[in-house]
Parts: sequence; structure tokens; C-alpha cells
Amino acid sequence: MRYLDAFRDGAVAGRLVAQIREAAAGYQGTMTFMEVCGTHTMAIYQHGIRALLPEQIRLISGPGCPVCVTPVGYVDHAIALARLPEVIIATFGDMVRVPGSSSSLQQEKARGADVRIVYSPLDAVALAQKHPEKKIVFLGVGFETTAPTIAASVLTARQKRLANYFVLSANKTIPVPMAALASDPDLQVSGYLCPAHVSAIIGPRAYAPLVEQQKVPCVITGFEPLDMLQGVLMLARQLSAGTPRVETQYSRIVREDGNPRARTILSQVFAPCDTAWRGIGVIPESGLCFREEFALFDAARQIPVQVEEPMEHTGCLCGEILKGKVTPKQCPLFRTLCTPEDPVGACMVSSEGTCAAEYKYGT
Amino acid sequence: MKSDIILLGHGSGGKLSHQLLDEVILPRISGLSQRDQNDAAVLRHGGERLAFTTDSYVVDPIFFPGGNIGDLAINGTVNDLAMSGARPLAISVGLILEEGLPIIDLIKILDSMQHAANIAEVRIVAGDTKVVPRGKADKIFINTSGIGIFDHELEILGSGARVGDKVIINGTIGDHGMAILASREGLDLESDIRSDSAALNGLVETILKTGSEQVHVLRDPTRGGVATTLKEIALQSGVDITLSEEGLPVTPAVGGACAILGLDPLFVANEGKLLAIVGPEKAEAVRTAMRTHPAGRQATIIGEITGESAGKVFMRTAIGGLRAIEMLAGEQLPRIC
Repeated sequence: MRYLDAFRDGAVAGRLVAQIREAAAGYQGTMTFMEVCGTHTMAIYQHGIRALLPEQIRLISGPGCPVCVTPVGYVDHAIALARLPEVIIATFGDMVRVPGSSSSLQQEKARGADVRIVYSPLDAVALAQKHPEKKIVFLGVGFETTAPTIAASVLTARQKRLANYFVLSANKTIPVPMAALASDPDLQVSGYLCPAHVSAIIGPRAYAPLVEQQKVPCVITGFEPLDMLQGVLMLARQLSAGTPRVETQYSRIVREDGNPRARTILSQVFAPCDTAWRGIGVIPESGLCFREEFALFDAARQIPVQVEEPMEHTGCLCGEILKGKVTPKQCPLFRTLCTPEDPVGACMVSSEGTCAAEYKYGT
Repeated sequence: MKSDIILLGHGSGGKLSHQLLDEVILPRISGLSQRDQNDAAVLRHGGERLAFTTDSYVVDPIFFPGGNIGDLAINGTVNDLAMSGARPLAISVGLILEEGLPIIDLIKILDSMQHAANIAEVRIVAGDTKVVPRGKADKIFINTSGIGIFDHELEILGSGARVGDKVIINGTIGDHGMAILASREGLDLESDIRSDSAALNGLVETILKTGSEQVHVLRDPTRGGVATTLKEIALQSGVDITLSEEGLPVTPAVGGACAILGLDPLFVANEGKLLAIVGPEKAEAVRTAMRTHPAGRQATIIGEITGESAGKVFMRTAIGGLRAIEMLAGEQLPRIC
């Protein structure tokens, strides 16, 4: 079955675009829809979706790329750990190229640090089993989609009685900053394209407070082009009708109660804590920190290391871009001093970063 | 931050590789500008025109679905010669072996090298073998150099694309890269994806016979994939290229695996594919002729040269949107060939 083609059908796309125009026609003013998932950001560019929408509809990107929202101090911490001879860093690929204050994991790797790219935290646990003489530090950078698998890796390590598996946690939750951005008068977010797979974990109800307090329409949307066009249509209709609510476009995956098992595993290992977001600052209760009984797995507490004073790169607008206030083209460094092969900020590094998407696919 | 040491990304075939070539290697070795870079050098000796090329192979794993490092090393060099329009004549083989490599593995690799050479009708005529201590290389690295001769006076160069030309590919894209990825340790991707590793000199002969002087560019989209190769051609020729996503041949297995891993098949390596840029009058005939050759059964027109510019590549997406295409940045996957 050519499953993908069904979600990329040009004729259906044309009908959806016509319906979007119709739904937007009766509305006074601009419709500003924010997506807060890096995969959405990439897909919007990859499929050229902006070019299909009426001018009245603006799509802006929010803090949806976990690598991008991770502050430079975390990268410096990971680099400091990588320099310890007894440490093997295990990470998803994107983190390797993110510039820290004075180096990157990629640079450290070329100089001899042991940095391994893994596709699952469980691969990092396997590394810990294979190298009992080493300390394996997994870089826990992700939202509610990734965080449960990291929690599961910690439970697995405990079950296997591994004393050499650690996580440097910068895991975050997404609904809290969405509420913060919805109340920002500079942004005027008129609706959210809610993340697909995060929502598969946390469920639609997680957005209910956002809708109640801020009256902002929320549509949980899939990643394929037709999903996204339909998500935009549902948002436009809600906005025109003046009936903000949580709707699920991505109903083939997202259940009404999300994934309770994943949430149980997550909250068994991690508890909400205050955490810093690049460009936004510290948001209360938006991070995931180790619970006390799992402190033995916390790399930050168990492996003492001197971390350099973090230094953000001057001129980089990644922080403003993450809030949707500035587009990559408005950044003076974009395409000149900052390119994917020589990135200044994380927004250009991550394959899900807004600047990387604009660079790779923007016309 | 610019790196003062070599990074894996410098070997990706994408932007970092180009930077290394332009800023470090070319100014010191030959002074050739980017505009002159083609898959093989063309030499004149007496009345003859000869093509000369070299390539090194470090693929990991050395055995993968659809081939191994041996046939890859022969096909790759045969194809580099063929893309210049030359008929491959002879190949040399340099082997760098790691202490501890099982002899039986070496035998399998050598046998498939000879087999690939037989199919491509090229002779392996010179060789060298070195052994390094365990850990100083990874099992086996191979260098092949090749020499070819021109049976015609056509000039096939990366700078030859003209407005109105059609872009033809001989089959599905991304198969080699995804086959390597799927067979890597740590990624349990169950699939029947096989590398497309194949010699293309026979197919090139067919293309030149049908298209003759209307064949403007031939390139094999290896590292960096179709996207990077077309961007190189656009820059070298100073033209815009527009692709149609709907026309791009991708097997459902490769398309699905790419979607799962967040990869774009346009940037994934091929080892048995070529892009032919052919004048509009002969494009359809060339495509039809390609389909009569085993390596070109799925030949398709995937785009055309749409304007003169500083070298932009666009794609009309399946849902009717438009996006730009850049070269691969950073490494998508190291040691793909």
C-alpha cells in the first residue's frame, strides 16, 4: 500500500485550500497560527504549504524544536562531560553539531572524545552494559514524546542494576510555554497547531486550560501535508465561528486520554521543575527533573565537572525566532555568518530548527 | 564557528566537502575552479582524448544488501569515467587491510570486484596491498583509479545545462543510502531495501547513441543525493532547475523508511543512478531508449531547466507548493561509500 501518497494527494489538497479560503473569507484581520513542533516546522517548508495559503493566514513557528530551546549552558555541560576520559556521551544526532560557548560535541569528538550517536535511549543502556568501565551519559533533550522513553531507559538500567548509566536531563513539557506565548501581546497567536506525537502522549485534555483561560483555538494536527492543511482549516473555522476549543485532526493516532502508560512511566522517574528555555527564560514547572529516588542516574549530580561560563553568541536571534517574533530572514546573520555547516545558533543546527528549514527549503 | 580540524561532515559530499575542496585542497593542488570540476579529468594525448579518475571506498558495513565494498569500488569508478562520456578501459585497485580481517571476507570482496569488472567490461590491471595494525583502519578500505577513452568528440560537462533541457533519472532514488542505514548496527529497520550499486557505462552508451550532442550533462548522484548533484549542476551551468515531486521515483520501502527517520530521499546517496540533462528535442527519445537498458527500466523525466540565474533548484511539491533545494549540509550518514 502506498500509504504516504494518500496523505500527499494534490487534488485533495486543492479542495482543502479552497475550503480554507472560504473559512477565512468572513474573518476580519490576520489569522496567526503557531506550530510548536519541529516536525511541523520542517513539513510546512518541505511541502511548500505557505505558498498555498491566502495572505490572511500567517504560519509562525514557536519553541517546538527541543534542541533549539536547550540553553547554551547545557551544551557546555555536555561538552565538559565529554572531555572526561571515563565518559561516553550517547545522544541523538542533532545535539552533536550544536555550538556551545567555545566548542561543540562534534569538535570534541574529532579531538578524541567518545561521542556516540544513538537512535534510542535503550541503545545507550546497551552501551552501559557493554562498557562497565565507562560512564555512559545520555543527553536527555526532548518533549513529552521522547521523555517517556528516556524514563523507560532509566527504569531498564535500574532493573539491570547498572551503576554506570546516567542522563543529563533537559527534558521539557510543551503546554506551559504555549500558555506563556498565548498571552504575549506582541505575538497575537490566534490559534495553535498542536504537536502530533506529544499529544499522543499527553492527550487533548492537556490543552483545555489553555483554551479556557486564553480562548485560543487548538487543533492537534498530523505531519503529512493534507493533515496540516486540514488542521489549518479546522483552526480557521473555529476562529471564524468564535468557538475556541480543542479538536483532534490527528485522530488516527491520538486517543482521548493520550497514552496513560507512557505518562505513568514518565512521572515515576521525573517530576516537573523550573527550567530555562533559550530565548524565553525560566518557565516555572516546564522542565522534567529526576525524582529523588532516581538521583543516582542524574549525571548533573553524580559526575562533578567544571563547566565554563555560558556565553550566547551575539547577534544570533534564535531566541526571538523561537518565540515566533522574528523570522529567520530578519536575522542579520542568516545565510551570511550563520549557515548549516557553520551554524551560530541552535535554530540553524537542528534538522527541526526554523532557520535550518528556511535555509534548506525557503524560496 | 569554523573548524580547525577535519570533521566527519567534511566527507559528506555536501557543503562542508565543497568548502574543504575550495578553500584547502584545490588552491594547493591544481588551482582548478569549482566550475571545472567534473567526475573525471579529460586528458589529450596525441590524437586521443582520455578520461582519468580516482575514488576511495570506506563504506561501513563492508557487506550490505545489494552488494559489498568490492563491487561498489569498481562500479563507482566505472561510473565516474562514464559520466564524462568516456568508455572505461582499465582500473587499478589499492587495498588497505586491517590486521585481523578474515581472508574469506577478502576473497568474497575480490570475487565481486572481478565480477563487477566483467559486467562493466573493464580490466583490473594494477594493484597494491597494505596492511595496518588492528584499529588503525576499519576492516578494509579500497582505492580505485580508472582510465577511459572517448570514442566521440562530445563534451559532457557539469556546466553544459541550458534553458529548456529536461532532467532524466534512470530509476528510483535513495536505495543505496537507505540500504546502508538499514544494515547499520543500532537501527533495527526491517526492510527489503537493497543497494542499487551498478555500472552505468552501458546505459551511458545507449544515452549518447540516441541523444548525441543533445546530451549536455551526465552525473551520478552519489553522496549528497539527487538534491546536491542538481544544485552543483545548477551552479556550474548558471541555471535554475525545477523538479516535480510527483515525478520522483521512490520505492514505497525507501519512502516509508525516510519518513520514519525524518530523511528526505532527495539527499540520500545512490550508487547506480545517473542524471542526464538532455535538450528538449531528444529528451523523450533518450528516456525511451534508456528504458530498453536493464539499468534504465524506470527512466523518468523529473524536471527541467527553467531559467538562467545564479543556480537555484526548486521543487513543485505533490500538493502544489513550491520549495527551494539546497546542498546537503553536514553529514546525513558518514561512510556511505
